[in-house]
Amino acid sequence: MRTRLPAFLLLFQLCFLSACSDIKPWVKPYERSNLADPIMSLDRHGAAGSYIHHVYQAREGARGAEGGAGGGCGCN
Amino acid sequence: MLKAEQGAGVAVTRILINKSFFKAFFKLLTTVKPSLNISRTLLLAAVTCLSLNVQAGTLPVDTVDAVFHQYDGGGMKINGPFVLVRKSIGTQFSLNGHYYVDSVSAASIDVLATASEYTEERTEYSAGVDYLHEKTIISAGYTNSEENDFVANSVFFSVSQDFFGDLSKINFGYARGWDEVGKIESDFSKDVDRQIFKLGFSQVLTKNSLMGVDIETITDEGYLNNPYRQYRFVDAVLPKGYDYAFEVYPETRTTTAIALRALYYLPYRASIKGEYRFFTGSWGIKAHTYDLLYVHPIGSHWTLEGRYRYYSQTQADFYKDIFTHEGAEDHMARDKELSTFSDYTLGFGVSYEFGQGVMPHVNRLKISALFDYMKFEYDNFRDVSQEDFAAGTEPLYEFDAWVTRLSVTLEY
Repeated sequence: MRTRLPAFLLLFQLCFLSACSDIKPWVKPYERSNLADPIMSLDRHGAAGSYIHHVYQAREGARGAEGGAGGGCGCN
Repeated sequence: MLKAEQGAGVAVTRILINKSFFKAFFKLLTTVKPSLNISRTLLLAAVTCLSLNVQAGTLPVDTVDAVFHQYDGGGMKINGPFVLVRKSIGTQFSLNGHYYVDSVSAASIDVLATASEYTEERTEYSAGVDYLHEKTIISAGYTNSEENDFVANSVFFSVSQDFFGDLSKINFGYARGWDEVGKIESDFSKDVDRQIFKLGFSQVLTKNSLMGVDIETITDEGYLNNPYRQYRFVDAVLPKGYDYAFEVYPETRTTTAIALRALYYLPYRASIKGEYRFFTGSWGIKAHTYDLLYVHPIGSHWTLEGRYRYYSQTQADFYKDIFTHEGAEDHMARDKELSTFSDYTLGFGVSYEFGQGVMPHVNRLKISALFDYMKFEYDNFRDVSQEDFAAGTEPLYEFDAWVTRLSVTLEY
């Protein structure tokens, strides 16, 4: 498995790089009204969204990749 | 007390994207273990795609975002304001700053086991700038956080770029933090040095869906203990059968988290977001996070949302609820955050959005109320406040908490 995984990832990477250069964007600007709706935002609550990350960082052993600002109160 | 291992925030830096940055990033990725094969590959793909032809992007909207936050549970009550302001200067620059306060009243199980209830306040300031050049946004910032026994300073730098007809976005960031850990009524002072490496990629999949991947590696070096926390060890001489001594942590920590997110616009006007995060680190903790969010607008002003989040982790290698004797091992900790446990969150929110014209010079005004119920259940952290049990046989600890967020967001 240790040898197969990097090979798979290399293949994925080649496909990805190929996609960057050959494939054209498949969702046209006039088809993006749903994507532009505020309910499709990954971070809808700004500062309030950042705060909830503080809460989890202080009470859980995991950290990072929250998709928002880091930092936090470690109030025990 | 700001936890020493926590993230650095944000801020102004003069760090440039240069060879040494990439060299350091690659070196880190190649020395931190197996799961990072994926990040190496994605990084290479990301850096290559970054060189693609680009067009114009957009700066963040001018905003004033004010939040009152409160956490109440497990003997802790923490509340205060969080204000974030963004203001653009011309068409290429946007400045931002935030002010954040935690007013803490603490009587948690950890505090009551070895000390008495206390109150304290933490204040945090930040200043940052975003610079737009075509489709690239370069951001930098500085954050300062202070308590009576803790000072944290951090700087950060990041680059974000849209490409592939705006269907794709990539961003990477680097942050550096310096903490000074003190102890009340003593001249105790220790340092922590921290580096954070972030890489993110998001992609529009269809006209109704998009996804994102984020990878973050954090390294800490220095005094990573909480200087007040103590571990428990067997002492048969004492009536209760155990005693306490100050914890001993390793002086380094490296962690990596990778998160996958997907957002889907339902056939009617509503959206659903799913998220999974895997976490691993040099202390032996492995964690899984699952998050599901449903957002449902009602008319053009009201929006309702519901959320479920589940988290579980394994313990740190040097965690024990009770050690066999004092100084039993090189590193010893009894922080419940380092034990094996799980928690879940049930959240509910409601927002009301005013249209344009509600106030002069205001384009959008949104008021939100968000409520989250959390339940924590520990697998090997025992409740020492329960008496009449032999040492190490007390009931397992659990607690619940409510998080309230009331916010006003104003775009101008």
